[in-house]
Amino acid sequence: MTEVEKTSIDYAQFPDKKGHFGIYGGRFVSETLMPALDELEEMYNRLKDDPSFQKEFDEDLAHYVGRPSPLYYAQRWSDRLGGAKIYLKREDLNHTGAHKVNNTIGQALLAKYSGKSRIIAETGAGQHGVASATVAARLGLQCEVYMGADDVKRQSLNVYRMKLLGAKVHAVTSGSRTLKDAMNEAMRDWVTNVDDTFYIIGTVAGPHPYPQLVRDFQCVIGREAREQCLEMTGKLPDALVACVGGGSNAIGLFHPFLEDEDVKIYGVEAGGHGVETGEHAAPLNDGVPGVLHGNRTYLMEDEDGQIIETHSVSAGLDYPGVGPEHAWLKDIGRAEYVAINDDEAMDAFRDLTRIEGIMPALESSHALAYAAKLAPTMGKDEVIVVNLSGRGDKDILTVAAIDGIEV
Amino acid sequence: MNRINQTLEKTRQEGRKALVTYIVCGDPVVDATLVTMHKMVASGVDIIELGVPFSDPMAEGPVIALGHERALANKTSLKSTMAVVKAFRETNNDTPVVLMGYANPVERMGYEVFAQRASEAGGDGLLTVDLPPEEAEPLNEQLKKVGIENIFLIAPTTTKDRAQQIANLAGGFLYYVSLKGVTGAGHLDVGSVEAKLAELRQLTDLPICVGFGIKDAQTAKAIAKTADGAVVGSLLVDKMGALAEQPAEDIADAVVDLIRPIREGLDELKS
Ligand SMILES: Cc1ncc(COP(=O)(O)O)c(C=O)c1O
Repeated sequence: MTEVEKTSIDYAQFPDKKGHFGIYGGRFVSETLMPALDELEEMYNRLKDDPSFQKEFDEDLAHYVGRPSPLYYAQRWSDRLGGAKIYLKREDLNHTGAHKVNNTIGQALLAKYSGKSRIIAETGAGQHGVASATVAARLGLQCEVYMGADDVKRQSLNVYRMKLLGAKVHAVTSGSRTLKDAMNEAMRDWVTNVDDTFYIIGTVAGPHPYPQLVRDFQCVIGREAREQCLEMTGKLPDALVACVGGGSNAIGLFHPFLEDEDVKIYGVEAGGHGVETGEHAAPLNDGVPGVLHGNRTYLMEDEDGQIIETHSVSAGLDYPGVGPEHAWLKDIGRAEYVAINDDEAMDAFRDLTRIEGIMPALESSHALAYAAKLAPTMGKDEVIVVNLSGRGDKDILTVAAIDGIEV
Repeated sequence: MNRINQTLEKTRQEGRKALVTYIVCGDPVVDATLVTMHKMVASGVDIIELGVPFSDPMAEGPVIALGHERALANKTSLKSTMAVVKAFRETNNDTPVVLMGYANPVERMGYEVFAQRASEAGGDGLLTVDLPPEEAEPLNEQLKKVGIENIFLIAPTTTKDRAQQIANLAGGFLYYVSLKGVTGAGHLDVGSVEAKLAELRQLTDLPICVGFGIKDAQTAKAIAKTADGAVVGSLLVDKMGALAEQPAEDIADAVVDLIRPIREGLDELKS
């Protein structure tokens, strides 16, 4: 793909009217849900350009979430790595501890405008579940969260947080007992209770318009980072790095930079035990296009089109699909998608904790690990912005188990 | 003429209601499928919907979702499902078989290859739960070439405009989903089905079969008063799952025992 072709893309025009990013995206759900999606799309198109809706969203982000989140120069870590300067976009400092809340604030507003009294959500690491339970508590909405039974175990702290917030948590025992099965179960709930229920999807996947509206809500990350980087360094970053589960923190950082051709963009998938072992969660590295959970995208599947089990040390990345806009950005070559293994992510977790006094989420540690590889290959006056999508408190028990320690 | 159209034309002429049954291919044991298909036909089933198992059957309730899990554990695939249809055709050339499943296995095989193989195997229709009309055109094109009907769902939430759009694309029959929910749910409302069917009759001459939530002769009969056919699925899959350890013949006989009263109930409506 030549430079000329790349810059000629008007990224704001995507998705198209039918929700497609190239061949990806769209709306692949059972008929019962189609009218609800039409309704959601119509409402979102009306509200997104409504100044009073935007104002309410911005005020919630400022006073409830605590935005803008800082951009922090990790000087000691950068010096150790010996190369580019690494700046961390501190989404871990948001209320509830991750970027997920940017989206749940937005969708909760949509739920409020829609008049529906009940919200449901799927969750992997539990961060989206906590963020959903949080906004539900604040708005007095009934909240039920679907979570794979295996994830309920490895993220037990977040399960308890959700319960304290008044949400009901369903442990899903079907299939692989992780995020994809939680999403199946949430869809089943939605199809049954579509009249009074708003489904808050936690990432930029699912049927149109979810990939678009979740992206729009998360773009506050990239808009702030752009301004902050210009102010602190006098220029745009040379590279952006973010982890990719479904891809919401990544697209939130990337999207406001897509037209800045000189900014290199890296999405980091979960390499698990290594992409070559097949035990990973890296569909953009080792998957094929297919249809799951309402959209066409890259998937991990067998030759019969059955979705296969994934593996990652981080529950939030343990998903066989990825948001359709990332699939498209990969194909057109605007972003590069790489993989980081469990061990590499654990090393980055320990390094950032000891060198900067910041304990990152295991998801975010994948992005950090790639930045640590990238930085030494770049010049000292170059700048990398890494999305520190969440804090690591929720992962303490996982890390302790790996260290063989009982907490 | 496609077997689906032939069959529904015939039941209409005879003033009979069509009985449509759903089982999952390869569930609960590989051997059970073919013998059950033949015995169902012998006990008065008009159309067979053969479920193609999928790892993530989002529209299914717990009963049929378990059926998919069992079938996959038995290594059933889209390809092996087609092989069963082909084997069925060796001795049955009349009963329509509709493959029912999810988009991804069909995508993986490729639309064109799927259409050719399904037609060669003797399949008559395809129902992809997660392929609404908005996304169905490319597949439809391939199905048309080989004369396989694309069966679409219409739901209680479907607006009149959408229903018209779907009716224009659909072939064979319209499958009306009787309730908001997953397969096997228990909150069927006969009154609302009647009202919706009256509305659909204004839009199309296609036969309409109704499914989701039909559990016995009584519900089948109530629904079929206004529909052209009734679809029964979870009831059978549940029974088959419970008999997983039994010989295939016994599983098939148990299915027949469930079907017989439903057939009789529908025949009481004969005009
Ligand atoms: C801290 C954190 N980062 C990243 C993710 C992955 O999601 P996404 O790719 O949508 O940002 C999660 C998901 O749970 C998370 O909790």
